[in-house]
Amino acid sequence: MVALALQDVGAAYGRTTVLSGVTTDLLESGSVTAVIGPNAAGKSTFFKRIASLISGPGVVQLSDTDRGKKTICYMPQDTGANAVLTVYESVLLSAKQGGGWRVSDDELGSIDAILKSLRISDLAFKGLGELSGGQRQLVSLAQALVREPEVLLMDEPTSALDLHRQIDVLDFVSELAVRKGMIVLIALHDLNHALRYCQNTIVIADGVMVASGPTKSVINDGMLRDIYRVAARIETCSLGRPMVIVDRAI
Amino acid sequence: MTDMAVEATATGRDQYRALAFRRIVILSVLAFALAVSVSVDMALGPANYSLTQVLSTIFDPATAANQLRVVIWDIRMPIALMAITVGASLSVAGAQMQTILSNPLASPFTLGISAAAAFGAALGLVGGVALFPGAVQYMVPINAFVMAMAAALFIHFASTMRGVSVETIVLLGIALVFTFNAALSLLEYLASEQALAAVVFWTMGSLTKATWAKVYVTAAILVVTVPLFMRNAWALTALRLGDDKAASMGVNVRRLRLTTMMTVSLLAAIPVSFVGTIGFVGLVGPHIARMVVGEDQRFFLPGSVICGALLLSVTSVVSKVLIPGAILPIGVITALVGVPFFFVLIFSNRRRAW
Repeated sequence: MVALALQDVGAAYGRTTVLSGVTTDLLESGSVTAVIGPNAAGKSTFFKRIASLISGPGVVQLSDTDRGKKTICYMPQDTGANAVLTVYESVLLSAKQGGGWRVSDDELGSIDAILKSLRISDLAFKGLGELSGGQRQLVSLAQALVREPEVLLMDEPTSALDLHRQIDVLDFVSELAVRKGMIVLIALHDLNHALRYCQNTIVIADGVMVASGPTKSVINDGMLRDIYRVAARIETCSLGRPMVIVDRAI
Repeated sequence: MTDMAVEATATGRDQYRALAFRRIVILSVLAFALAVSVSVDMALGPANYSLTQVLSTIFDPATAANQLRVVIWDIRMPIALMAITVGASLSVAGAQMQTILSNPLASPFTLGISAAAAFGAALGLVGGVALFPGAVQYMVPINAFVMAMAAALFIHFASTMRGVSVETIVLLGIALVFTFNAALSLLEYLASEQALAAVVFWTMGSLTKATWAKVYVTAAILVVTVPLFMRNAWALTALRLGDDKAASMGVNVRRLRLTTMMTVSLLAAIPVSFVGTIGFVGLVGPHIARMVVGEDQRFFLPGSVICGALLLSVTSVVSKVLIPGAILPIGVITALVGVPFFFVLIFSNRRRAW
């Protein structure tokens, strides 16, 4: 069991502060948290700060890590690559960072398993350059998962996927979070996905955290009006799920 | 899930092993071709010796005739080995420049290192200016080296500045090429006829000035730098997936890029200062390697070493046989031999080229 706590987390590029004041309740293993906000709100910066890829004030505390390796894994939004590598090699590469040249059967076996679980085994020996945007995102997810992270930060993982794949990936990730005891944070634009898959939601706008808490209380008409500048309602569908219905832009 | 997917899963590991094995076979074949090319290179020359004579002199110099031994060991072998060490150095330098700058156009030539070296050499040949006092007999290579390192360090420090992207670095390099070419033209304009001829010959690149000392220096730099790169093989490969992705895999992108750039500078400056401008190898050697063994640095790096060495060795052979009795400048021949071959590779491999 691990837990992630963020206290007044911020980030800066040089002297320019680009993110400030992110504080959350304890995020527990098995939970999925949505990070939402308008474009250029600072969601990617937030993830990079948690993953220690950039520096900044505040405390990112991961408790009870019993594994020695670095266990916070950021899955960047930019999946474009012109490298002459196969999908299989690119996932192997992620698994082998910091390791020796030799590749064991176990390591290859775990790559096979991950590709299979994401249903992209048939892409294994395709070049990265031959993939569609959606396929690249799945490969990117495989590269992250092969590192067996305790905290997985996914930056708009569904943005290039068709509806079927979106649901497929989010189902898979939320199930995996529970099964592996992972803490997952997902930057999302589709608020209905947030309502459906995420227990908690963090709202970031203009580099500042404006709300954080249980998804159903955070996503409400007022927040949609103030942050997203849309007139919208939250209604319960026939299956009993809350849905965001947008009437118009304000 | 499709049947195809199930099948691929079952054999993913085996397919990978087969792929790795195929690459080792390709590298071995290329290495063998290199050995053949070097032997042929040493067998060719104004004095007609058979390949068996040459090989027996190489492997058993004690029993060979004096004249044969001198021709092979003191004249032909330094040139043949210079070809492979210079080819390997420039190719590896180009490979790592392309890797860390994520740009297919990066090479010692396009980043201005060769042009700077040519300008340094011309300073010595035309104006008798020694950039490093003392050792006057080595003024030209030392000048070339000083200028090449200056250009490389400029690129290196520019890349450490905030807000300078890898695209900017390549642009800066191209600006350096134009600057040094203009300065070189100015020197040529002012030069005496004799000095002009020397400068033009130098800029064409030539292996004929090879000596054992130069071979040792070039080889030593290779022996020191290649293992450094090999140690970072996984991290360097990860750079090609983008900075964010590499960093998320735990690579210290900034530090890796800086240390690699420093090492590459040395690797590019030394051979250029010894043999002149041989631009093509540094650009194309790594592209050929990438096409045949991919970009996993565990294969790509040895691939670049062998492809660069082979390219320059074959060129050395061609430069001797094209006009019997004359040895054409290798810089010219490299492009003439390499370009058609490169075109064939590009057009037969469109799907996976950069």
